[in-house]
Amino acid sequence: MEGGFGSDFGGSGSGKLDPGLIMEQVKVQIAVANAQELLQRMTDKCFRKCIGKPGGSLDNSEQPGRPGAGVRAVPGAAKSRAEPCAPPLPQKCIAMCMDRYMDAWNTVSRAYNSRLQRERANM
Amino acid sequence: MDSSSSSSAAGLGAVDPQLQHFIEVETQKQRFQQLVHQMTELCWEKCMDKPGPKLDSRAEACFVNCVERFIDTSQFILNRLEQTQKSKPVFSESLSD
Repeated sequence: MEGGFGSDFGGSGSGKLDPGLIMEQVKVQIAVANAQELLQRMTDKCFRKCIGKPGGSLDNSEQPGRPGAGVRAVPGAAKSRAEPCAPPLPQKCIAMCMDRYMDAWNTVSRAYNSRLQRERANM
Repeated sequence: MDSSSSSSAAGLGAVDPQLQHFIEVETQKQRFQQLVHQMTELCWEKCMDKPGPKLDSRAEACFVNCVERFIDTSQFILNRLEQTQKSKPVFSESLSD
């Protein structure tokens, strides 16, 4: 494979620019950007799901959809209100939400990939 | 595709074909990733009520359907725009109707 690249890629001055190194660095930057994007959207969604009226701390924040619950001072009392899907503390809600968001992301990724392959097969 | 011929990157001078290919591949990968981000966000609103200990089968089916319908919608929009553009161009001088 003859080509024009090599040591003359950017040889003026100190150091040569190795395309392989550049590619690896770019890949890393892309991965970081994707992780940041995922984190940002996940934080947005899970904040909406788990924090209703913000309290003075994470422990003391209401979860949405519980009208009249007030600031949570006694976690035990909240449990006795028997809401099977609402965890007692926002942290637990957030943790579950994070895992579910990852599940959702993976499901969407798989489904989209399948659809793309199907489209290609139909061409 | 003959990669050993003169560079196909018109106007860019001697661009390394290996780098060129890398850029194309990564760009496409990023397009995919971006759409996954976007669809996950959209479908989360439609399919996720209250996050539970695991993704139940109904929610999972909803996500799959959501992806398919989103792609359908996107294709429909492109096709219809193409058709209406033929008969009545949108992006032209005569915008007022």
